[in-house]
Amino acid sequence: MTTSIDSVRQRAESDAKSRGYYLNPDPKFLQDLLKGLKVNEDRYGYPSCPCRPGSGVYEQDRDIICPCDYRDPDVAEYGACYCSLYVNKKVYDSGKPIPIPERRPAEKMFPELAPKTEKETTMSQPTDRKLWYCKQCGYVVFRDDAPYVCPICKAKKEFFAEVKLEIQQKTG
Amino acid sequence: MPTTKIDGAKKEHRVFLYTLSTCGWCKKTKELLKEKSVAYEYIDVDMLKAEERKAAIEDLHKRNAPLGFPVTIIDDKELISGYQPEKILGALGL
Repeated sequence: MTTSIDSVRQRAESDAKSRGYYLNPDPKFLQDLLKGLKVNEDRYGYPSCPCRPGSGVYEQDRDIICPCDYRDPDVAEYGACYCSLYVNKKVYDSGKPIPIPERRPAEKMFPELAPKTEKETTMSQPTDRKLWYCKQCGYVVFRDDAPYVCPICKAKKEFFAEVKLEIQQKTG
Repeated sequence: MPTTKIDGAKKEHRVFLYTLSTCGWCKKTKELLKEKSVAYEYIDVDMLKAEERKAAIEDLHKRNAPLGFPVTIIDDKELISGYQPEKILGALGL
């Protein structure tokens, strides 16, 4: 099954609206980005960032599935996300988004380059994930690292703490 | 690696791009060169087979390319990362 460009567009539009963002003001650029997202969704099964190399492995690409983990801090700092699908009002009104630096950590970009140590080969295993909770609203997420921004209440990463579970056996 | 050649009137420099087929900034870079009739070659890294992709990434690493696409390589020495029209045209003397 393939995704339609229209459904990719609708998803992006409704997400932009919910955050007070805008989509890329250049209609051709926007269409290219939506097409890119569709291509990635069709080939990988998830809409990873059109401007970053997807690995095809969900666990490795989790942080760049659109809207990516870096979008909110990027829009806050530069007025646009890395691929410039999402922009703020100022950039939207300017009509011309400009490229921004990459915030994604280098080691995530090309896992091919990293020497395969025991830790790295097991890094993406589900067992290495942790539970994180947002101290502001209570949202809980199960992943390698806390999100940059809470998707529910928009609290920053610093507001997340790891959930530590202790199982005690009752005696007596 | 399978490179795609785009012909153009201006052939003074060898212009080579590493790009992603899905990337909007890569597309803009290709369009810029086309618009200026610059002949160039490119490889869409996302379309490569695993082994070729590894070779492409190792080449980028060897050239100390910053992470991200597009990467424009002029005459096999000057490397420009990202969509930077002024820099690219400047390096081509346009």
